[in-house]
This record gives sequence, C-alpha cells and structure tokens, in this order.
Amino acid sequence: MLQHTLAELSALLLARKISSEELLRAYIDRNETLGRELNCFISFIPELALEQARRADKLLQTGEASALAGIPIGHKDIFCTEGIKTSCASRILDNFIAPYNATVVERLNKAGMVTLAKTNMDEFAMGSSNETSFYGASLNPWDKQRVPGGSSGGSASAVAARLLPAATGTDTGGSIRQPAAFCGISGLKPTYGRVSRYGMIAFASSLDQGGTLTRDARDSAMLLGEMAGFDPLDSTSVDHPVDDYTGALDKPIEGLRVGLPKQFFNSKLDSGIADRIDDAIKELEKAGARIFDIELPNTHLSIPAYYVISPAECSSNLERYDGVRFGYRCENPVDLSDLYCRSREEGFGKEVKRRIMIGTYVLSSGYYDAYYLKAQKVRRLIRDDFQQAFSQVDVILGPTTPSTAFKLNENMDDPLNMYLSDIFTVSVNLAGLPAMSIPVGFSDSLPVGMQLIGNYFDESRLLNLAHQYQTVTDWHEHTAEGFEL
Amino acid sequence: MNWETVIGLEIHVQLSTRSKIFSGASCEYGAEANTQACAVDLGLPGVLPVINEAAIRSAIKFGLAIGADIAEKSVFARKNYFYPDLPKGYQISQFELPVVSGGQVEIQLDDGSQRTINVTRAHLEEDAGKSVHEGFGNSTGIDLNRAGTPLIEIVSEPELRSAEEAVAYMKKIHTLVRYLDISDGNMQEGSFRCDANVSIRRKGEEKLGTRAELKNINSFKFVEQAIEIEIERQIEILEDGGKVVQETRLYDPGNNETRSMRSKEEANDYRYFPDPDLLPVAITKEDIETIRSQLPELPDALRARFMNELDLSEYDSNVLSANKDVTDFFQTTLALARDAKLCANWIMGELSAALNKENKEINESPVSAERLGALIQRIKDGTLSNKTAKQVFEIMWTSEDSPDSIIEAQGLQQLTDSSEIEKFVDSVINDNPQQLEQYRNSPIEKRGKLIGFFVGQVMKNSGGKANPQEVNRLLKEKLES
Repeated sequence: MLQHTLAELSALLLARKISSEELLRAYIDRNETLGRELNCFISFIPELALEQARRADKLLQTGEASALAGIPIGHKDIFCTEGIKTSCASRILDNFIAPYNATVVERLNKAGMVTLAKTNMDEFAMGSSNETSFYGASLNPWDKQRVPGGSSGGSASAVAARLLPAATGTDTGGSIRQPAAFCGISGLKPTYGRVSRYGMIAFASSLDQGGTLTRDARDSAMLLGEMAGFDPLDSTSVDHPVDDYTGALDKPIEGLRVGLPKQFFNSKLDSGIADRIDDAIKELEKAGARIFDIELPNTHLSIPAYYVISPAECSSNLERYDGVRFGYRCENPVDLSDLYCRSREEGFGKEVKRRIMIGTYVLSSGYYDAYYLKAQKVRRLIRDDFQQAFSQVDVILGPTTPSTAFKLNENMDDPLNMYLSDIFTVSVNLAGLPAMSIPVGFSDSLPVGMQLIGNYFDESRLLNLAHQYQTVTDWHEHTAEGFEL
Repeated sequence: MNWETVIGLEIHVQLSTRSKIFSGASCEYGAEANTQACAVDLGLPGVLPVINEAAIRSAIKFGLAIGADIAEKSVFARKNYFYPDLPKGYQISQFELPVVSGGQVEIQLDDGSQRTINVTRAHLEEDAGKSVHEGFGNSTGIDLNRAGTPLIEIVSEPELRSAEEAVAYMKKIHTLVRYLDISDGNMQEGSFRCDANVSIRRKGEEKLGTRAELKNINSFKFVEQAIEIEIERQIEILEDGGKVVQETRLYDPGNNETRSMRSKEEANDYRYFPDPDLLPVAITKEDIETIRSQLPELPDALRARFMNELDLSEYDSNVLSANKDVTDFFQTTLALARDAKLCANWIMGELSAALNKENKEINESPVSAERLGALIQRIKDGTLSNKTAKQVFEIMWTSEDSPDSIIEAQGLQQLTDSSEIEKFVDSVINDNPQQLEQYRNSPIEKRGKLIGFFVGQVMKNSGGKANPQEVNRLLKEKLES
C-alpha cells in the first residue's frame, strides 16, 4: 500500500479495495520502525488520525467521497490545526493550540484527508536546512548526515522516506522547492494568492504561499485542486477560477516554449547539477518542447532585495509573540519590559532574532527609503524581467538549487552562504509566480531538482510539463537506501 | 509679553459599525471583558484582517461632509509598537495615503464670529484594547473588547488659536459625525476623544514653538481646561527664560494639571510600512457619488435654512442645528405643529429647562417630539393658552397621556365663548368699584397699564382658561363705556 501515489490510493479507496483505516495503519507501522530516525515530525497524532480515517471510511461507503478521501497527509507545523499543537518549530509557540484550522487544513479535512502528523520545519520558516527548528533538524533520508533543506524540511523528508504519501508546505523564498530538490520529490509553490494564507503562520506576508510536497506531479495536481481558490478570510487571495489541474496533465507538450535563463546557468552551478538539468532538457526536447535562451538580468538583486523585504515583514509579523496572551512567557517577569524582553529572548532562536533585527533596522526612520523602498523597486524590476521573459516563452526552466543537500552544521555559522542557497528560488517569490521542483536524477548519490517557473496562475502548464517529463523518466520513483518499499 | 497660542487637534472618532474594522466580532460597548474579541482581534498566529466596507463608507461620508478629497487609492500601514493592549504589536492605520485629505470646518464662536479651520487629513485605523489597572493587585488586566473597533482620526492644521476655538472645533466635528450617523459620539464611553498639540509663540512670530501633545482627552470641558493650563505652564516656562520640551503629556482633571508621560527621546519609532495583508483600498468616482447622494442635510445648511426659510433668529438657528438629536426633535415637532417660532421657544424654553433639571439629554425626554408637537397644536388652535399649555406639559412629563386627554381630564380647554367670559368680566368690574373709578379718571395713555389688573382678575377667576384676547376685548369695551 505504501508504494502508491495519491492517484493510485484514490482509485483503490474509491473502489473500496482498501480502507482508509488499513492504509493509515500501514503508515503508522512504517513510522514506528523508521519515523524517529529522520525527526520529520513535531506532532505525530495516530489516535486522532484513526478517528478521521474511520470517518473517511464511512464517507467512502456512501459513494459520495471526494478523490482525496481517506488518504493520510502531513501538515507543515506552520498551518494552524484546531485542537492540535501548532508550534511553527519555535519554543515561543511550543504550547500553542489554535482554536481554528487554517483554510488549507479545513479544505483538505473537508475532502476527507487524514492528518497523521505536523511536520518539522525551520523556526517560523526561517532557514534553508531545517536546522533552526526548536525540535532539532529533520534529516535527509538520502544521507542522514545531510540536511533535508528548508524550511519545509520535515514534509520533504517524510514524503521522500515514504513516511507519508504527501504533505503540505509553505514557500517564502524557496521553502518548498529547495527541500523538494534536496530530497528528490516534487514540490509546488503556487502563484501568490492562489492558496489562502489564513491560518498559515506568517513569516513574510507578501511572499508566503502554501503549496504541496508529493511524490509526483499528478499528486501535486490533485492536492492543489483541493487547496486552491479564493478565501474571503484572506484579502490577498485572488478570486480567479481554479483550473482542472489533473485534467491538463496529459496534454502533449509539443511546441511548448521553454526558456533557460542565462543567469541560472553560471559557473557557480555545481557541475553534477548542470549535467542532470541538461539531460532533462534533452528529454523535454524529445517530447517536442522548444528550448530558448532568455535573460533575467536582475537575478543578482533578488537575494539582497529578499533579505530586506522578508525580514522587514517578519519583524512586524512576529511582534505578536510577546508573552502576553499566548505562547511562551518567561518565568517571574519583574515588569513589562522584562516580560517582553525575556519572553522573546528565551522564546525565539538565533536565526529568527537575526531576521527580526535586520527587519527592524531596515524599517527604522531614516533607513526606510534606502532599504525597504529600494528593495520594493528592485522587486518591480524582477517582476518586469519575468514578464519580459514570458512574452517569449511559456515556461522558464533551470536548477532549483546551486548545490545538492549540504551537510548538517555546514552553513550554520555562515548565514550569507546559507542565504545564497536560495539564489534560484527567491526571485520567483518576489515576483509572486508559480514554480515547481521535480527530481531529475542524482549527483554523487544525492537528488538533483529542476525548477519550472510559470506565469501567473499557470500552474496547470507547470504540472502538465512536469507530468510529461515524469511519464518518460522514473527519477520520482527512486527511494533512498534504508527506505525502500 | 504677548503670546500667541497654536493648537492642532487629532480627534479619534469610533465608528458605529456593527462589526470591527478587520474582523466579524461585534463592536458593542460594555460587554464582559474579552467576550467580544475573536481570533483576529486577539492577534492569534495565522489570522488575517479583512476590511469592513462599512468603515470605509463612514470615512468617505465624513470626507464629503467637510469638502475633502477622497483618495482613489488609500493604503493601510502598520504602526509598530509594543503595548500589552495592542495584540499584534502593531496597529493597522493609514500613513502615507489616507482615505481623506484636506477639507474645512466652519466654527462659530461665542462672540458671534466665525472661522474656517482646515483639516489636514482623516484616516482609518483600528482601536487598541484597554489596560485595566484596578482589581489585579500588582498586575494589569487586559480587555480586548475594544481592540479592532474602527476609528477615524481627524487631524486639523495647527490653526486653532485658543482653548475656546479648540472646543468649538471639536464640538463641530462632534456635531458632524452625529449628523452623518457614523458615530454615537459618546464621550464617556470613549467613542469621541482627542489629542491636542499645544505650543505658544510670540505674537508676530512665524516659526512654531515647541509643542506638547496632550493625550486622550475625552470631554469638551477637559479639552478647554487642559489647553488653558498647558498654555499657562508654557508661558511660565518661557517667561522664566526656560525652554518647552517636546513631549507627550497627560491631563489630570482631578488636580487640573498636565503631567509628562514621555519625552521625544523616549518616543517610539513606529516603523510604518504598508500592511502586506491588505490590498490598497480602491474607491471609484461612482462609489463617491452614491455616498454623496445619500448624505443627510448638514448643520451649516440646516442653520441657513432655519434662518432663511423658517425665519428663526441666528441664535435659535445655531442652537437648533448644533446637535442632531435637538434638530431631529425640532423637525419632528415642527412637522406636526407647523409654527417654527413656537416650536423653537418650547424646545429651547420649557423642554430644555425640564431636561436640565433632571440632567437628561433630549433623546431621553419623557415628552417625545410627537407629543410636544400635539401640545403645540392645541396652542395654535386656541384650545390652550400658553399658561395652561405649561400645566399640560408638566403633567405630560410624568405621564404617558396625550395632551388631548389631559386637557379633557383636567377641564383645561380655553374659554372662548364670549357670553361665558362676559360673566367673569362683569363680576370683576362690579366687585372692584375703586379700581374702576381710578381707571376712568386716568388719562388714556395710563389706562393700558391699569387694564392689566382687570385682566389678571378675570384670568384668575376663570382658572386661567379664558381666552386672553377675548378678555381684553370685552374689558376695553365695558370699561370705556
């Protein structure tokens, strides 16, 4: 049962060849033997999941269940789940239980999905390695000495290790795509506004977007179909029709114009990655795609702009964690200032504090114009670059990351180097575009991810292209040693 | 030395929308602590604000009423600071692009003069909660019911030159928001409060002096007192050769003094930036015209109409247009009684005195506008004299009965039948031969005064019911014969 994709499970469940409870128990068993090794989860909730599974089974018996009914899923611990701890991997929310579900969770619950776990992540989604988690880093199943990527590292690691059939994630600067690449799975970050942010704990509100981590593109399409859509509770969600993502998967890609941005293929790119991307391009050409060289001239400005805008928003978004109403409160505060200072000092980790400091600085009177406003101008330039490119091509293709998964602790003392691992992903968030990472092979036994970037609300084209690639390759079916099925 | 006072006011007006500005929670005042704060108001993780369109419409109404520009695109910004009753650690407000900018307000001063005060801007924002210091020992309690209540902050130019002008301006804004029905204007409940920026400079000087900001004053009286006392304090400092420090001060009405809260150095850097959770507010020309067409008649127009069309005095017109409840009461009464002067006299005389005595507002009057109108009708049609009408009014004050049933029950109908009145007249003349003698021997020009005695006697004997005009006519006829 564990080998099946969402699409296969859906068929089996709807045909009542397997039950949701049976399926769930198989995953619970697998987690008992393999789960702890990878530290993928912050909360593992088999009892609650069993109740959900039994409800799903009843629903399946009525014949009115949706395609995802009865399938287990993990939610990144950034999505609020009613009655289940939502920590954002921070000590400051270690005791926080939300009285509401995030819209994403609510929609998937309604579809009958079964929440088995809240997945590990970088604290408040700030990190590219999962090492900033208060609960310790989740590990990469392909090499447990290495990071799974971040911030949605727990989700990526669990899906790659087949501990879950699928998981949700969020992507502010690459937090779905980079761990998907490091763990050899498919990760989709939709267009900003495609998926509701309600109940998704904010890091950088203008960049955060919820998405999917799955074994293949078809599963992403299935999940996105349930998650996407306008939400009156999120003013930035967009009232734009939701495409039939699974219906578009099988369209031929003959004639599809694919652009390779010169700036993504520079000398700093790991040669093993470059080779795998070249192989993938050849596959796509064989399927009829037309390849073009394009320019994204302001790519080099994306990291600096991102590290002004995202900390600025983070510094403000994280002000509510003050020890007053919920979350961690220091012991015996002597006065208000002590309550604030120690609750935050003790409650937040180092990277979060670093970003709060940067953000506070760039928004300060006298620095606002030089940093925040300037960064917003850069953001417009980057958006314009992409629009220029999309006047020539349908999809932009490149590597997801400049290197494969790095070792634990390798970058912890070098935040700048850590930040640079997002070089190919952050510009997409600045522009608000949809993008995917899919596995395209290995470099030194570590998975390599290829990034596909689409125009606004063009998720179905990305999924179509990814699926067509996956019908002629089997990289997405590989499992790590020790985690075979 | 001669000093000139410079005052600018920032008035915070709570909008009387049913729900909060960014959540669906109720705005009702007075509920048990923390029962009207939902997850959004509490600033729980992951929640998002959604703008309440009714708050935007209220702000547009206000802007149109003062002839201001309504921004086609206005932006919500975060004002970041830590305070226990500010759940998110930032207040959603407007900074660079407020919904309303410019506009003017006419104020009337006690000496009859008028001034135009320019409004800089009015922006939408959310109110904070309340810190409760009593009843928690060494701790402070937080009540977040008020958090998220919509406010407009109306900022004036520093053009007010005295405490009196500041109060007149504040009252005018108060009247306006009540007329527009965008706020209940309840000052005790904090729905209408202001910060006053006060500075002084030598007369003729152009440069502004250093200002003190007097925070959170919630009555007209306190605004006046606070400004007066602050001016005195600043004059004293400057005349002693000192310097006024830029700071925030708090007015303590108990001791009638202002006290320093924090200096400029301690002031927050609010780190304003556009709120990424909210889209810019787009307002179309059509939206504006729709709202404009729904605006009620405003005090300045009413005042002019009362003077020109109803022929009321300037004083009466001012009073009757200065408060929406009074205006509504007057207009309802007038619609029934159809005599503007008589209605004005009754409302500003008898009714106002009775209300004052019991410390009641006009909307709490036991005699409703409809009942007063019915009473005045009976004066107009001759059923009651002014004097008997006052008797009826007194009874109406404590009973639910209609004027007609009171007149009936008390037998207070005015006597208009000449033969009835003649009987009273004859008996008074017969009973007072001495006064008759005196009258007849007086020169014509003195008789007018002497007739009063006879009128008084007739009225007394008739229980005040005899029609005075008829009494006068008959007495003249008989005394002269």
